[in-house]
Amino acid sequence: MRSSSISTTLALLVSSALLLAACSSPVKLEDKPKVEDKSATTAPPADTRQVSPVDTGSMDPLNDPKGILAKRSVYFDFDSYVVKDEFKPVVEAHAKYLVGNKGRKILIQGNTDERGGREYNLALGQKRAEAVRKSLSLLGVPESQMEAVSLGKEKPKATGSDEASWAENRRSDIVYQ
Amino acid sequence: MKIFSAPVKHVFASLALLGSSVMIMGSAHAQLRIEISGVGSIQIPVAIAGFSDEGLAPQQITAIIKDDLTRSGYFKVIDAGTVINETTPVNFDSWKARGADALVVGSVQKLADGRFDVRYKLLDTVKSSTLSGQSLATAPTATRLTAHKIADDIYEKLLGVRGVFSTRIAYVTKSGSQYKLEIADADGEGTQDALRSNEPIISPAWSPDGTKVAYVSFEAKKPVVYVQNLITRARTVIANYKGSNSAPAWSPDGSKLAVSLSRDGLTQIYTVNADGSGLQRITNTSGIDTEPQFSADGQYIYFLSDRSGGPQIYRMNTGGGDVKRMTFNGGYNISPRISPDGKTLAYISRPDGRSFQLYAMDLATGQNQRLSDTTKDESPSFAPNGKYIMYATESGRRGTLAVVSVDGRVKQKVTVQAGDVREPTWGPFMK
Repeated sequence: MRSSSISTTLALLVSSALLLAACSSPVKLEDKPKVEDKSATTAPPADTRQVSPVDTGSMDPLNDPKGILAKRSVYFDFDSYVVKDEFKPVVEAHAKYLVGNKGRKILIQGNTDERGGREYNLALGQKRAEAVRKSLSLLGVPESQMEAVSLGKEKPKATGSDEASWAENRRSDIVYQ
Repeated sequence: MKIFSAPVKHVFASLALLGSSVMIMGSAHAQLRIEISGVGSIQIPVAIAGFSDEGLAPQQITAIIKDDLTRSGYFKVIDAGTVINETTPVNFDSWKARGADALVVGSVQKLADGRFDVRYKLLDTVKSSTLSGQSLATAPTATRLTAHKIADDIYEKLLGVRGVFSTRIAYVTKSGSQYKLEIADADGEGTQDALRSNEPIISPAWSPDGTKVAYVSFEAKKPVVYVQNLITRARTVIANYKGSNSAPAWSPDGSKLAVSLSRDGLTQIYTVNADGSGLQRITNTSGIDTEPQFSADGQYIYFLSDRSGGPQIYRMNTGGGDVKRMTFNGGYNISPRISPDGKTLAYISRPDGRSFQLYAMDLATGQNQRLSDTTKDESPSFAPNGKYIMYATESGRRGTLAVVSVDGRVKQKVTVQAGDVREPTWGPFMK
């Protein structure tokens, strides 16, 4: 049934595009009937007995693998603890979601690269988690819905000892509980 | 420069330790291997004779004594090549002629209750006198401990400093996804598991009486501070506040711990009673304050702070006042550890912007000495006699442990057969 609904949509898009083109053209409004005629004839008849299922799980945008909420990581520059502009939409989307879903709680886990002491890195990871927590807080997320913690350098996502791995590990992850 | 190697062998030793003075979960696992290089500024020549009937005991006592003394770097062990018990008359001149300043003799006898009576004497060949003598009733399972105690006594009588051969160390191993907090004798023998987890364990710290270890475990998906009683297995949550909980350090009397918490924002130092009650905030800055360490006299807490920009080491009184900056060389100085006599500060520095290396500062003169030539040093820990520092480093992308004498002369490398070993902490003297 999906193919027929796609062709319906396509037909509608084509017709409205043509309609727009017709409207914007300065002359001959009389040509319009011809266009409408064409859309009517090319669109397949709607199946009135069609049933399209809805899954309540898929209603939660958090579970949409293509949605912005699927992005749960905020990356940081070397020796930096500031949420970069490119990650602001991600933080904003999670803030909006959390404000709208008071029952959901998150852990914000800060991470660092492997260089230096474990305890100092734990404190630096906390700084990255804290940066995300503050951003969410400014966007209205109540403290009761979030906890900023650090994993320091203890749980590296990338295990190499090179700049690419280090960059991958300078990160805060938003973990829904 | 001499290189000795003392390969670690027996499963028996670890099994034997079970059921002795300490009962920890688990049995023998990851074996430690220790390699020694360098010698002390002085090397006292000591002849060690075989003890009569020492074959009765499960381990050869004099072999353990020889290994201990050799590993310390301060003795030149002379194999006497003969068995001499403590009652045999000794020709001091002939031992002096063989270059020995001291001679160790002894015996082992089986007692009716199944224990052994280990007797030993330390003789001064120069003064033709007896320096020390002991009789130690020893359960078969405590044979190694008795040998270490004799080595401790020899060390103390000849050097004037208490030996650390009978002390223990704690450290963390990582093999695959399994983390273990392990306890071993100071010579790496008799390893026992205290905690096994699929999540990281960091920052172990011995209680001053040596019966408990505080540590940070990530088993709850965040860092939480626990104290574990090694004998009873009882675990107490010391700090599990919102945010991260880390860096436990015991007060010298064992009544309190200093910890680092992020409950009020960024990481700050607090103190808490040993049962987890009575939380008090000690530092109050807008940056990072962490890695607290009490001085042995209980007067000060040394700690790391980035209040000046980069991480530097500071000292404050235990109430948080009277703050003094201790390190000024370079932009990265972390992990302060203060020697038992309060005179030396060990720490990790990044002198060139890349390498992390162990340093010691003489607090009286402010002089700094680099003690390692490795580049990924972490987590220093003083031996309870203040003469050695154990620390974590890396060799071929694998975590190893190393020991260096505070004067930098004697060096040891400790590795495990498989996986990483890290986060060493040297236990206290025990009764």
